[in-house]
Amino acid sequence: MNNTTIGAIVRGDREVFPPYLYEAYQSTRRRAPTLPLIDVPLTLSELTGPGPAISAVTPEDADLTRNAGTGGEAIGQRIIVTGRVLDDRGNPVPNTLLEIWQANAAGRYLHKRDQWPGPLDPNFLGIGRCLTDENGVYRFLTIRPGAYPWKNHPNAWRPAHIHFSVFGSSMLSRLVTQMYFPDDPLHRIDPIMQSVPTEAARERLIAAYDHDVTEPEWALGYRWDIVVRGPYATPFESPVSVETGKAG
Amino acid sequence: MRAYLLTGSQTVGPFFSPALLREDACRNVLTQPETVGERIRIEGHVFDGDGLPVPDAMVEIWQANAHGRYNHAADEGPASLDPSFTGFGRSGTGDDGSYWFETIKPGPVPFDAQRSTDGDLTPALPAGIACGQGEQEGSRRGVTTFQQAPTSVQAPHICVTVFARGLLNHLVTRLYFADEPANAEDVVLQCVPSERRATLLARRKHGGAIVVYHFDIILQGAGETVFFNL
Repeated sequence: MNNTTIGAIVRGDREVFPPYLYEAYQSTRRRAPTLPLIDVPLTLSELTGPGPAISAVTPEDADLTRNAGTGGEAIGQRIIVTGRVLDDRGNPVPNTLLEIWQANAAGRYLHKRDQWPGPLDPNFLGIGRCLTDENGVYRFLTIRPGAYPWKNHPNAWRPAHIHFSVFGSSMLSRLVTQMYFPDDPLHRIDPIMQSVPTEAARERLIAAYDHDVTEPEWALGYRWDIVVRGPYATPFESPVSVETGKAG
Repeated sequence: MRAYLLTGSQTVGPFFSPALLREDACRNVLTQPETVGERIRIEGHVFDGDGLPVPDAMVEIWQANAHGRYNHAADEGPASLDPSFTGFGRSGTGDDGSYWFETIKPGPVPFDAQRSTDGDLTPALPAGIACGQGEQEGSRRGVTTFQQAPTSVQAPHICVTVFARGLLNHLVTRLYFADEPANAEDVVLQCVPSERRATLLARRKHGGAIVVYHFDIILQGAGETVFFNL
């Protein structure tokens, strides 16, 4: 991972967001833009967004262990994944849609393009969604996903992860990311995780085991907070920017 | 102040469709029968740097209604809301990289989110903006501000967001209408080098029963679409 070619084109905070070109992740090579991103003013178009208007979920959507609708329960280590969605000033983001997807306990996705010989689980779709509550809190019940192989390089395995899609309050807060599990030896050899440029930002992608979330005789608990950009038109105090070289 | 480190982005990967494109999450059709405005269909393809279609992309759009009002609390403007129009669309791409939406042409929208609440004519600009438009003051704390509000209204446009396997972060751009005279005054378009502006213009196709605007998204290489640092 240390000698991969890393592109200069990044959208947003260079301490946090990956470059579009990260050659160790091969699919970036023909999909990363090569021309500079254009800086533009923030207008009403960016300070609004669809998040507050999208709210159609059912309580069943947040229980991935049963939402296949078969009447059976998914196989695997049952886990609770909960946390808060905050903006970068620490304000909770209430009533916003989270959509998640993940492999099953064996590391297999229910998807026609995933054909490796891991077993499917007829009681597990691997998809879920929920809204944050008024305090920005979300909560899913699911099973711990397995690691799975991919064809990026010889003997490549993705660490166990759950994909998250978050809307937030404006176009600025839109985020798609992945939550990882603590103490996974695959983290340091995963080019997708390592594309995040700083250790602090990578750690932000790893959930914490939380015994207070764990429920006795039922499920292990993980806590993971998500921080999205707030709808602030006014400039914020920021650390020295690599992009402009100007102190905030 | 920025108190909290943002959560970084990661690719949607190849397996997002069962979750993000499930039947009730996919929104190719934004209109209802009672929606006000000129019906348009937006069609295009997503291409990679080899000119090959990207079959595992997702395109999201966000737009104002026909009156130029966003369905969002931050838009306190005088234009009317349309209760039958949310303004959000989401389309996957087919094997040929194609995506489509059925929507209405948005009206022109105000430039400044704060304008309607406090009458402040200074547009809010992000830190370190390097935009070539208009008379600019020098940098103050890394912020460049326009000396005068450029123009209070933006040309009709649709915000476009692109996700795909291989995109570690989503891409942000805008669709403008090639046959729209207001484009000449649009501040955001004028931030774009003139030789690249055409990549943001959807072109009207003539002849069909429904008005179609064609807008290809080229991730890399010849004709690469302009993407924004937003």
